Amino acid sequence: MISLEAVTKRFGKQNVFADIDLQLERGEIIVIIGPSGTGKSTLLRCINFLERPESGRITVGDLRVDAQHGTREDILKLRRRTAFVFQNYGLFANKTALQNISEGMIVVDKMPKEKAHARAREILKRIGLADKSDAYPAALSGGQQQRIGIGRAMAANAEVILFDEPTSSLDPQWVEEVLNLMKQLAAEQQTMIIVTHEMQFARDVADRVVFMDEGQIIEQAPPEELFTAPKDPRTQRFLRKILAPTGQTVP
Amino acid sequence: MLNLEYMWELLPVLLSYLPLTLEMATIAMLFALVLACLLAVIRVSRVPLLNGFSLLFISFFRGTPLLVQLFLFYYGLPQLVEALVSINGVTAAVLGLTLHFSAYMAESIRAAIVGIDRSQTEAALSIGMTQSQLMRRIILPQATRVATPTLMNYFIDMIKATSLAFTLGVTELMGATQKEASSSFLYLEAFLLVAIIYWVVVELLSWGQRRLEVYLNRAYQR
Repeated sequence: MISLEAVTKRFGKQNVFADIDLQLERGEIIVIIGPSGTGKSTLLRCINFLERPESGRITVGDLRVDAQHGTREDILKLRRRTAFVFQNYGLFANKTALQNISEGMIVVDKMPKEKAHARAREILKRIGLADKSDAYPAALSGGQQQRIGIGRAMAANAEVILFDEPTSSLDPQWVEEVLNLMKQLAAEQQTMIIVTHEMQFARDVADRVVFMDEGQIIEQAPPEELFTAPKDPRTQRFLRKILAPTGQTVP
Repeated sequence: MLNLEYMWELLPVLLSYLPLTLEMATIAMLFALVLACLLAVIRVSRVPLLNGFSLLFISFFRGTPLLVQLFLFYYGLPQLVEALVSINGVTAAVLGLTLHFSAYMAESIRAAIVGIDRSQTEAALSIGMTQSQLMRRIILPQATRVATPTLMNYFIDMIKATSLAFTLGVTELMGATQKEASSSFLYLEAFLLVAIIYWVVVELLSWGQRRLEVYLNRAYQR
């Protein structure tokens, strides 16, 4: 239902990754882990064409976009089907919480304003910020801003939501509320691809964990399998390094 | 020492020329804003060809004195273009002010656009907005806020610069003062009075500017 085929991305002459394949089913939740600078975020950004891959195909539902031949219209359509949640929230500073969520529905989906606002209010209720509808981003905490960022992604009614390290720039006290909202989405069977360093969260929520290193998918498996019995030495090394200080089971 | 009675009598005479001064400044400001936005967007998006033109345009109109530009439009160009022979002083002044100030304003608008953090651009694109929707709905409204103090400065400068129109034979505030002064020989009174009129107008504008800034900053209160 969502698939990446032979997706290749270069910066200059340097391959960030080459021939990446990845498939996921509706309702599936994939967490991508791996060392920094291995192309996890870039891969996520390629799915949404925030970075244009050099080659490969991305399919979401019945929409198939070829990296080389995809038209502007294809890309706009693809972006509407793949919502994005950013590490730094990326909220529109000149718009209220409500407007941040309704903006895409009004401008891109051409929904009447009243209807879009009504839906945005529903979403605000679901993300627990009904009382903040008229607040501007500058007046909100990091956690609240990121929840609005997620609300904006929910409003797109996208087939998949892509999360790029959604808790990495949050103060520790706000991480929990954002992860809880993501768990709530997971419980509602929202299809998600999440790049994160929150290993416990990956364990709790992921259907499948993908380990990436140096631009390659090294290994993918359900979390209990990948975390307790990783097959590849690189996965083992990475997990040992990242889990040891937290006192979790070291494979 | 100062002939206050003369100044009092002169006041309504001069004030009757104030509307023309404000009209020239306002019209030139509106045209200059539109032109400056265009130039700035062309520069930011690096539109091929037009970008080079913008650079040349900005370079010329910032690099030469306003008075030279006004003389070029009023006395110089009609030599080249027949149709411009009948150009009147007001039109030439508005044209010169527009082009001159748009070059400055383009640069401050460009700086304001570039200053808006990239994550908002990416977010807008990620929800499927087009470049022009992104500009109109996200970038320009925020750039407006950042650029407002500088743009208001240019507007104030422009009001004062309309006084140069008197060198093109326009009887605006400054031209009228000059005429009155040379018939009464009370130069100090006349020019002091006109200075005060410009000053008061600019002060009123500055007050308006502060109100406008409070309004534009409403989204950024913690």
